[in-house]
Formats: sequence, structure tokens, C-alpha cells
Amino acid sequence: MTTQRIKFYQTGTYTAGNRLLDDEARTVQSRLDRTNSLNSGHRACQGCGEALGARYAIDAAMQAAHKRLIAINATGCLEVFSSPYPESAWQIPWMHSLFGNAPAVASGVVAALRAKGRDDVMVVAQGGDGATVDIGFGCLSGMFERNDEVLYICYDNEAYMNTGVQRSGATPPFARTNTTQTVGDAPGNLLGTGKNVPLIAMAHGIPYVATASVADLHDLEAKVASAMSLQGARYIHIHVPCPLGWGSDPAHTIKVARMAVESGLFPLFEAQSGAVVNRTLIRRKVPVERCLELQTRFKHLFDPYRNEEAIAAIQAIADANITRYGLLG
Amino acid sequence: MRAQIEGSQAVAEAVVLCRPEVIAAYPISPQTHIVERLSRMVKQGDVGRCQYLNVESEFAALSVLIGASATGARTYTATTSQGLLFMAEAVYNAAGLGLPIVMTIANRAVGAPINIWNDHSDSMALRDAGWIQLYAETNQEAADLHIQAFRLAEELSCPVMVCMDGYILTHAFEPIDLPDQSAVDAFLPAFSPVQVLDPREPISIGAMVGPEAFTEVKYLAHLQHLRALTLLPDIADSFEGQFHRESGGLYRTYRMTDADTVVIALGSVIGTIKDAVDELRDEGIAIGCLKIGCYRPFPAVQLRAALEGISRVIVVEKDLAVGIGGIVSADVRMALNGLPIPVQTVIAGLGGRSISAQSLKQMVRDALAERLSEPYFLDLNMKVVDEELARRQEQRRAGPLAEQLIRAMNAVGTKVV
Repeated sequence: MTTQRIKFYQTGTYTAGNRLLDDEARTVQSRLDRTNSLNSGHRACQGCGEALGARYAIDAAMQAAHKRLIAINATGCLEVFSSPYPESAWQIPWMHSLFGNAPAVASGVVAALRAKGRDDVMVVAQGGDGATVDIGFGCLSGMFERNDEVLYICYDNEAYMNTGVQRSGATPPFARTNTTQTVGDAPGNLLGTGKNVPLIAMAHGIPYVATASVADLHDLEAKVASAMSLQGARYIHIHVPCPLGWGSDPAHTIKVARMAVESGLFPLFEAQSGAVVNRTLIRRKVPVERCLELQTRFKHLFDPYRNEEAIAAIQAIADANITRYGLLG
Repeated sequence: MRAQIEGSQAVAEAVVLCRPEVIAAYPISPQTHIVERLSRMVKQGDVGRCQYLNVESEFAALSVLIGASATGARTYTATTSQGLLFMAEAVYNAAGLGLPIVMTIANRAVGAPINIWNDHSDSMALRDAGWIQLYAETNQEAADLHIQAFRLAEELSCPVMVCMDGYILTHAFEPIDLPDQSAVDAFLPAFSPVQVLDPREPISIGAMVGPEAFTEVKYLAHLQHLRALTLLPDIADSFEGQFHRESGGLYRTYRMTDADTVVIALGSVIGTIKDAVDELRDEGIAIGCLKIGCYRPFPAVQLRAALEGISRVIVVEKDLAVGIGGIVSADVRMALNGLPIPVQTVIAGLGGRSISAQSLKQMVRDALAERLSEPYFLDLNMKVVDEELARRQEQRRAGPLAEQLIRAMNAVGTKVV
């Protein structure tokens, strides 16, 4: 007789399955009237965190905007895998212009809607971490300081994945990329570099800034809904693992994201007008190794020998986040 | 209404008469007076619901307009020089997306060395970006060209640059005849875009196109661009019919009947060239001039027809293709290919150096006597050049060339003790 191991629904996710919830408490994604804004059939890799994050974020934004939404997309994976001519996976009005100008293009859409007296349409701009923290940062900051009516969503997979995994300003210390190889005296990305765009966004004093993760999609949807309920410039920074670039198992995308949250490496919080107003407590704190060991981009920290110094430095970053945002309550 | 106003103010007024809906701009000399006036008019409610965005760069300015134009708004910006180059990526993008944005270029030199004065290096650098390029001779024409530009842009779904010489035109006060709003409304219909971002009819704009269709997309854009060669004269005629003055068109000629020699140029220098032509005519030289009003698309067939039978062409251009010479003259040579007409390139007015009628006349006399090098640099100070070349022979010196030259010339305010 053959035996089969029973896997319980969402075992280990700490999340109640949608089927146990009232209709109203379910995710937008589990509703019959979800919009499939980013439809199936696109060409994202297996286990792509960005495709997952975008699907949830944009459907939630559509719900909040009563299906009257325009999306502007920066160049990058999301743009490329969703819109190879003559196909498009987008079921909403969607435009791609350049790598570094999505926030400005979105500001232009808002200005045009205002000039035409249309107050029923909302605008989101989206891009990866390269488009957001590096090449499009000037336009992003400009859109923030003008407080334009745009929700900007950054899908942060911590490197330039579309071009083949090169370092960005969001690449974590010690991570291997194809421009921060594991060679030389300081293998991987340099410690003490990189920028924290959620904090920089907060420094603009814009109405809403939040971080979110594909590890908690319900929370992600709720943050999109909160952002969409406010006026002015809003920013959501979503942590989206990239199996290809991170060297993680495509089946572990949620798990890797969760370990980043539970270790304190990726703090989840909301801020309004420059002040943190809410944070998601860590349920069960894990050491950063639990996150790092799932990704071959950190393999050189464990093999051929444990780089205690580097691991301690990463742990210190996580601990500083835990202290800064009070993630242990 | 006729008024004695600055060129920039006239352009701003003309743009407002076109009922723009979104304006975004970043300040750069000598474009500032245009956008200052526009921002004031928008702020005090003279431009309907028009939105004026103070943005953080020229790249953002044009990007804002890309979004606004794709959402169906009539859009405008102005820039020059470094600003135009800073927005270069978006310049190509706007053309590729077929967005009928109108942009004034207050023509200025491109650094280094940094220089805020007039030449055509900036717009020439972007001549092949897919924008229609019109060059104004006078402030009246600059104002008129903007009204024509919106109509042309929107009929073709193609962006248009209206180029006017920085300072020489932008900051000059002249009597300008600005049309009535009702006349402009009759000339320029409301913008009705071919595609628009609207939740009522979702479309994707800006998809990735691979080798299987990219050539066809570009070929069709080229065909569309060439349509301006027939449309622009029609629009200029229609403008003349309605406003009773000649403005725009592909090219204009001056004293070309029975001319042996023709001087070709773009922009405000045509005024000085006309003076030089008159005086050379008095000396008995059979000379005329031709102003290229539309540089992109390039009216090659039309120029060939206009110049057939001429014995010599001199192209005076305010730009330099380093390493080869002329830009406009190369296009003129192509237009005249196979005809026995020698084309002389004259590089003039770089970085705002005055182009005097006297220098032009001497240059023409020298050209007729076959005494000019190719390309010829008008009013080049060979003493300074030779001295610098001699110094280099003696000693290899590091450091920026511009500073060394100015120091050697002992120019005012630059002497280093």
C-alpha cells in the first residue's frame, strides 16, 4: 500500500487560509470579482516574487480605485515579461516609457486628468529597485516633493535582475551579484553601502510610506488599500524575492521573504507624514542565517568556511532594524 | 494685437493662445523668460485648467509631458542646450510613442566649455530623434510657428521642436502681432488623440518590440515624418490665408531670381545675411539667400528644385560636427547630389560670436575667389590658435584648453595671477 504525506493548507505560514475567513476579510485576490489586472500568460520566471507582488498590489489598487486606474511602468523585468509585442498581460490602461522616468510620467498623467476635470481616475507608477532607488530616483524625489497624486510601488528584488543580476543601490551587503562577485578581499557587495528609500521617502514628509512583503500578501493588500485612501504622493516598497538572482528555490519565494521579515532584515511598517505609525511585529524571531542559507548569493558566507564576521554584521543590521522599529513589541 | 514685446513673452502668449493643458519645465538660460511668463499666466488662471509643473530636471519635464500627452492633453515645454541633452532619452521616447508634444528650443551652445550664448549645437545634436524641427527667423515667426506647430504635431502624431535663437530672439524686443483667441481657435482644432490612457478603454502603450517588427515600426515613423513635407506648406498657406502674413513653410528665398550664388542658413542670422546680400548686390554680385525653415524632415527634393541652375552654394551654419565639419551642409550636398553645384561649408557664430554683415560679405568675396578652406570657420582668430599650437609644440601641458586659451588672450576678468 502506498502512503501519502498529508500537507496541510498553508502549513507553517502563520496565516489563516482565506477559506476560513468571512468574505469581507478575504484577500482581494481570493474574491470572484478580482480584476486580474496582470493576467496569466505573462513570461515571468517560476517563483517570481515581483509577478506575485504586482498581481496583488495592482488588483488591490484596482479594487480601491473602483476599477478606474492607470498604471505607469518603468523599464525592467515586470515591463518586459508583461508586454512583449504584440501581447500584453495588462488588462488596465498601462504605459511604459523609460527606465528612469516612471514617477514623472505618472505625474503627467495626473496633471492631464486634472486639466480635463477627471477626478474619478487614480494613478499608480511601478518599477523595480533599480528604476526606483537608482536611475529613477531624481524623478521619484521630484514626484514626492510636489506631492503629486501618485502611488508609487517599488518591487525590490535587490539587484538589476532584468539585465542579469547586477548590483543596485538596494543590494544588501555581502550579496553576490554579477558586478559584486565573490572574489577579492571583500567578497560580494560592500558593507556600508546602499540606500534606504522608504526612509528617504518619509523624509519628504509625504502622506504615506509603507513596506510590504510577498510573505504577507494580506498585509500587502491592506497597505495598498490604505495608500489608495489617501491624497498626495504615496510610496510602498515591496520585498520580492528573485529565485534567479538570489539563487533560491522557486518554491521558496514566500519562505525566503518570510525569513527576511522574521529575522528583521526586512522590517514591515507604515508611516504617515514622515512618522512611523504602525509596524508588524516579528512572530518568531529567527537568526539571519535562516534567511541567508536559502540563497546561493550568500553561499560564500558559509562555504568553504563560516564567515562569522560577515554573518555578525548582517545580524547587526537586522538587530538594528528590530530596535529602530520595535519589531519585538 | 500688435505690441512691442520680448520674443520670449510673444512665444509664451502664442502658446497660451493654443490652449495648452499641461506644461512642465525646468529653468535654463535663455529659455527662462518663456516659462516664467507661462507659469504666471497659468497661476493667475489665464489658461483655463492648464497645469504647470515645476519639475526637477529637463528629463522629468519631458517625461511629465509624455504621460500627459498619452492621457490626451495638449502639452508644451521649452528648453535649450544642456537641458535638451539631459532630456535626450525622453526626446527619442516621445517621438517613438508618437506623442504630439511641442517644445521650444531657445538655441544655445553645448559645453564644455560651458557657454550660455547662441548657436545651434543643441537642436542639431537631436536632429535625428524623430521630432519635426522648425527654425524661426524672427520673433514674429517664432510666435506664429508655435501655433502652426501644434496643428502639425497633432495632425501627424509627431512631436515638434520650434527652434529660436537664444538671446538674439528670445531676449529681443520687437513689435509682434499676436492673433486673437478666436482666430487661433479657428486655425487650431481641439486635440483629439489617436490613443489615450483611459480606464474606459484599457490599452497598453510602450510595449517591447523585437527584430521581427522594429524595422517596420521605424519605417512607418519615417513615412509619417515625411508627410510633414506636404502638410507644412499647406499649414503655412492656411496660416497666411487666415492671419495675412507669411510664416513658416519648408524654406523661404530672398533675391534668388538670377542669382549665381546662394547662401543657405537657418534662424535669425538670415536677417544679417539678407543685409549682406543687398550690399553685395550693390557691388554687382549676383547673390541671393535661402532660409531653411523646416530642417527635419529635410526638404531635400524641394531644395534641389529651388537650387537647380545655381552655380555656387554657401551654407552658413551655427554648429560643428567635430571631426568632419558641417551638419546642414552635408544634408544640402546630399540634396544636390549629381548637380554641378559646389557647396561651401561656413561654420559661424559658435557660442554666440556675432556674425557681422561685413564678415559675411568678405567671406562671400573669398568664396567666389576660391580662397576658402573646407570647412571654413568665419572670423576664426588664427593668432590665438597658432600661438596655442606653438605652445603645444614646446611643451605638453595638462589642463583644460579653454582656460589656457583665455589666459593667453589675457581676456578681461579671467587673468590668473
